[in-house]
Amino acid sequence: MEAGRTLAMGQDEAVGGGRRSVEAPFGRALARLGESRPDIVGLTADLGKYTDILPFRDAFPDRFFNVGMAEQNLVAVAAGLARTGKVPFATTYGVFATRRAYDFVAIALAHSNLDVKIVAGLPGLTTGYGGTHQAIEDLALMRMIPGLTIIDPCDATEIEAATEAIADYRGPVYMRLLRGSVPIVLEPGYVFEIGKARRLRDGSDVGIISTGLMTERALDAADALQKRGIAAGVLHVPTIKPFDTGAVAEFAASADRIVTVENHVVVGGLASLVVETLFDAGIAKTVTRIGLPDRYIECGAVPTLQAKYGLTTEAVIATIAALD
Amino acid sequence: MPRNSPPGSADIGALERKAMLLRRHMLTMARGQGQGYIGQGLGIADVLAALYFHELRYDPANLAWPDRDRFLLSTGHYSIALWAALAEAGILPVDELVTYGADDSRLEMSTLDTTPGVEMIGGSLGHGLGQGVGQALGLRIDRSDARVFVELSDGEMQEGSTWEAAMSASHFKLDGLVALIDCNGIQADGPVVLDMEPVADKWRAFGWQTSEIDGNDMAAVVGALADARNRNGKPKAIVLRTLPGKGVPRIETSEKSHFFRIDVAQWDGIIAEFEKTVGASQ
Repeated sequence: MEAGRTLAMGQDEAVGGGRRSVEAPFGRALARLGESRPDIVGLTADLGKYTDILPFRDAFPDRFFNVGMAEQNLVAVAAGLARTGKVPFATTYGVFATRRAYDFVAIALAHSNLDVKIVAGLPGLTTGYGGTHQAIEDLALMRMIPGLTIIDPCDATEIEAATEAIADYRGPVYMRLLRGSVPIVLEPGYVFEIGKARRLRDGSDVGIISTGLMTERALDAADALQKRGIAAGVLHVPTIKPFDTGAVAEFAASADRIVTVENHVVVGGLASLVVETLFDAGIAKTVTRIGLPDRYIECGAVPTLQAKYGLTTEAVIATIAALD
Repeated sequence: MPRNSPPGSADIGALERKAMLLRRHMLTMARGQGQGYIGQGLGIADVLAALYFHELRYDPANLAWPDRDRFLLSTGHYSIALWAALAEAGILPVDELVTYGADDSRLEMSTLDTTPGVEMIGGSLGHGLGQGVGQALGLRIDRSDARVFVELSDGEMQEGSTWEAAMSASHFKLDGLVALIDCNGIQADGPVVLDMEPVADKWRAFGWQTSEIDGNDMAAVVGALADARNRNGKPKAIVLRTLPGKGVPRIETSEKSHFFRIDVAQWDGIIAEFEKTVGASQ
């Protein structure tokens, strides 16, 4: 990617350095599921092309509905479909699913525990379109909704596995989407399970707790730190709600220092959950929080912005190396 | 056994008596707590009587029947009328009605879908029509001929989501979707605060087959529902001009009609007034 150029909508934002990638893992997984699951329907609000759901539309045009630019109606229609026994997957951007449609997610879906899956593009800082399009606080907002399951997947493998898992799970889900060409980060044998955190690296000098695409950078940082003689463990937490408090507390207890890494503001999301978990478990350790500041972020090229706001592997390494 | 399947010929007098029975229940229910959304309930009683005892296809013994017609009450605070109708329909026990609005009662002042017969959580206005669109799409996928009736209100048309749903219903040609728009002229802050007229023209402009009737004229209600049965590719809107507090002059003329709270002694006077009105009409 060229630095200094604002990405157009639809361009890849999740490409990892040197890793193999998969095109549109969500849409392909959903289209595969559609073969054996006639109850699955697809919905979007004029962002089908930009949320990777077109493979499902092309395979099952009679089970796909584009409601236009109307995110409240997107969620309401999905709720109605769920009441007739369908399992709707509704896509839009995270900013619209949360800020614009919040009352519908809370009341029409979650209050009735309806079986709707919201799949939300442009999570955190993965677009250069500025505050209107960057869902930097979506995890915090959605965490407050009772009964809503929240997934922040790391890579193509996990998106495919999570798509299958949430289709099988009965209840409302909000899943962050990595779209376009999505890298494969997790190693073969990795198993995604709703509500489960996974320890990906052992190491007791520093315990890195990460979610979403930042787990890729946490792993790369841990490998680099190893060469400097710092043993960094990595706990990947793809499910934000329900939060795997047991695994987080156990992991935190085994490390000298705790660092959280998330593609989200450092208030209300992973960092807050970790601090609450440690407090409840009686673990008195300082938590260093890597994530976005509590402010709106400007437009610009994604690599430039991610570097400026500390979401790169280099920034994670630098922060951890500077710990006392 | 399914009711109203197929709908028979309407006995207007019997339906009018049913509406009066619903009103009698509602007055008793509101008396229990000394308060309630009685104005709206009395106003919509004729429409609910026409639906549950003539037009809607449903089975009180099998509420989950996939081919049932759905009735979605978007204005959850009209629950007082729905509870009365569901009780008369054999879905709720009649003797439970007196618990309306009491702590731990299933018969909340605003609907929750945990109560039998309720198809959505109403009350956050602007939610109903979109959920009706989704249910109608789901029924189409299932190749069911069941229909979806959504009650909404004049004030509720001020919620933008109502129009998002209206646009999508005509786009998807949901001709089994019927919007029942209760225009009673009141909302929380008093008489309708933002002019919604011309209501019928708005729905026509959004591609709906639209009629406009006196929602307290049983023959007109039954006729409009019959006209809404055709499957012509268009969703149906019935604009209902209703009188809040219909049947009780003291409530009809009250300025407090959005939410009514008075003491028990006065309720007795109101119920006496209602019975006098009923007696005069029969």
